Amino acid sequence: MDIHEYQAKEILSNFGVEVPSGALAYSPEQAAYRARELGGDKWIVKAQVHAGGRGKAGGVKLCNSESEIYDACDDMFGRKLVTHQTGPEGKGIYRVYVESAVPIESEIYLGLVLDRSSQRVMIVASSEGGMEIEEISADRPDSIVRSIVEPAAGLQEFQAREIAFDLGLEPGQVQHMVRTLQGCYRAFRDLDATMVEINPLVVTSDNRVMALDAKMSFDDNALFRHPQIAELRDKSQEDPRESRAADRGLSYVGLDGNIGCIVNGAGLAMATMDTIKLAGGEPANFLDIGGGASPERVAKAFRLVLSDTKVQAVLVNIFAGINRCDWVAEGVVQALRELDIDIPVIVRLAGTNVEEGQKILAKSGLPIIRATTLMEAAERAVGAWQNDLTQSTKMRAVK
Amino acid sequence: MSILLDRDSRVIVQGITGRMARFHTKDMLEYGTNVVGGVVPGKGGQTVDGVPVFDTVKQAVEATNANASLVFVPPPFAADSIMEAADAGIRYCVCITDGIPAQDMIRVKRYMYRYPKDKRMVLTGPNCAGTISPGKALLGIMPGHIYLTGNVGIIGRSGTLGYEAAAQLKERGIGVSTSVGIGGDPINGSSFRDILQWFEQDEDTHIIAMIGEIGGPQEAEAAEYIRDHITKPVVAYVAGLTAPKGRTMGHAGAIISAFGESASEKVEILSAAGVTVAENPAVIGETIARVMEAA
Repeated sequence: MDIHEYQAKEILSNFGVEVPSGALAYSPEQAAYRARELGGDKWIVKAQVHAGGRGKAGGVKLCNSESEIYDACDDMFGRKLVTHQTGPEGKGIYRVYVESAVPIESEIYLGLVLDRSSQRVMIVASSEGGMEIEEISADRPDSIVRSIVEPAAGLQEFQAREIAFDLGLEPGQVQHMVRTLQGCYRAFRDLDATMVEINPLVVTSDNRVMALDAKMSFDDNALFRHPQIAELRDKSQEDPRESRAADRGLSYVGLDGNIGCIVNGAGLAMATMDTIKLAGGEPANFLDIGGGASPERVAKAFRLVLSDTKVQAVLVNIFAGINRCDWVAEGVVQALRELDIDIPVIVRLAGTNVEEGQKILAKSGLPIIRATTLMEAAERAVGAWQNDLTQSTKMRAVK
Repeated sequence: MSILLDRDSRVIVQGITGRMARFHTKDMLEYGTNVVGGVVPGKGGQTVDGVPVFDTVKQAVEATNANASLVFVPPPFAADSIMEAADAGIRYCVCITDGIPAQDMIRVKRYMYRYPKDKRMVLTGPNCAGTISPGKALLGIMPGHIYLTGNVGIIGRSGTLGYEAAAQLKERGIGVSTSVGIGGDPINGSSFRDILQWFEQDEDTHIIAMIGEIGGPQEAEAAEYIRDHITKPVVAYVAGLTAPKGRTMGHAGAIISAFGESASEKVEILSAAGVTVAENPAVIGETIARVMEAA
């Protein structure tokens, strides 16, 4: 789960990371008012969306007066911000963060991630702050400092000091950096984060180390023990279909194609998408309905897949291990009866009780296209979709 | 022979009184697995399908001499159960539970290093379908009837995609020595590389099939290991050619976040290491059959 910059800053500052003073606003009026509360004569107005690359996309503005703040916010609110991380549809701006500008001496990149090779938390830092980490690894790989944290002992002061000196900080700045690193690590560990990124982390002209930006992601599997983090979820930043799926315990990712997929198991779901592509079609979604593919879940899955208006055929691929094919078949029949679907539905069942499952599908009298192998299912789905397409084009031509 | 699990394995089920665990305990018993006990704190003294339940793993091991465990405990408590098994002297543990916090798994991995290598428990999973040595024993939730006995060793991150591969093999009359699910989580007990080394030593395994997917460095690390240490032929399939970058595809670990983590990059890396890659999931069985004939 992702959170907003202002939320990440509040969390990190509770762990001893220094951040500029700032305030949240829900309207241009409020933004201007909050700037006056903050004082000073230079402020940064930042659109709060769950994506990086806001600066280049016009989501960050330097302002020198309250009226400039008002105008900048007026321009932002209600708009969709499109950055290289949001996709073409962008993310809505409903909150802005107003922050006092800080005199910057140098910029650092700092990231904490779960390193899957060492299976530990890794700190990644670079003296080339302000650039994306991908750009840094491509252009200045020699500037990157990495350090792995021993989970039982935690981040040691010497490790933090090594990072600080490797980044070329002055002795007077090192202690600030050590405190920042330790704060970030403690926040990561205590709150079950999967990512903390501060870019840039700046050294100010008075030798302080400050987080000018902050991004945090949390382990969805650990939210049960962090209710205060779970509360920060902002559904306005999620794809509505994906959040609806998540609320129903289904794992869904929307794609650009037109063959909807309903599959049990993540690996098989990806393999089904790949096979559709191979058969000449494009998958409309990834959808894993999980091990226990109960009739209710299948019906929910159909509703979800069909809520995407691009979908012109649905391929159901269930390999029953925990669940049984007859049970799944009943779910499919029930869903099709309830939903009155007018596009081709292809069903492939395999595994436990497959014969009973097939019988139920055949007896239902519904126009279900059945398949026995994965390839056959994909070919029939693509075939049915193309057929349907030519038929509807013909009909349109007749009209 | 087989790896990790055979007829002599003495199995306990942690969390045996849960609905799913009861169902699969029955299934494992029917398959012929030697399930000797179950563990649920506070429910010691009860029985499930004739299997005695104990309060702690230590008590279960003392009473039954168990050496393998299947963990069916809910995510918030699963890591603790795995460590309990490791401490009680269990040698092989499969964790089925999906949804364990990543940092809990970091702790589990660190905890297991307390034991010297020859006393350290082997863990596969979490978030996996388990392990089966066909005709001998089943430690997991897979449908046993889709596996024939034979000489293909299977290692896979995904449950149902692993079934798909086994079913394709069965269709061709090809059997399996052992099939091991390593699970779909970013931090897991055993990697492809760990399992590969045991298959290399197992005389009943003549060919190894690796079923990978997007995300993480494990396929690339396995490729390097195969190139340098594996003499048996290896066939691989990598799911997720159509998966977009930066999105989690169901499995917590199935996300492309770095170089070398996409399906096409993994295919390239594996091919370069001499692995025969099945180009799509529909030809996994066919590809294995072809490589077996050539060997």
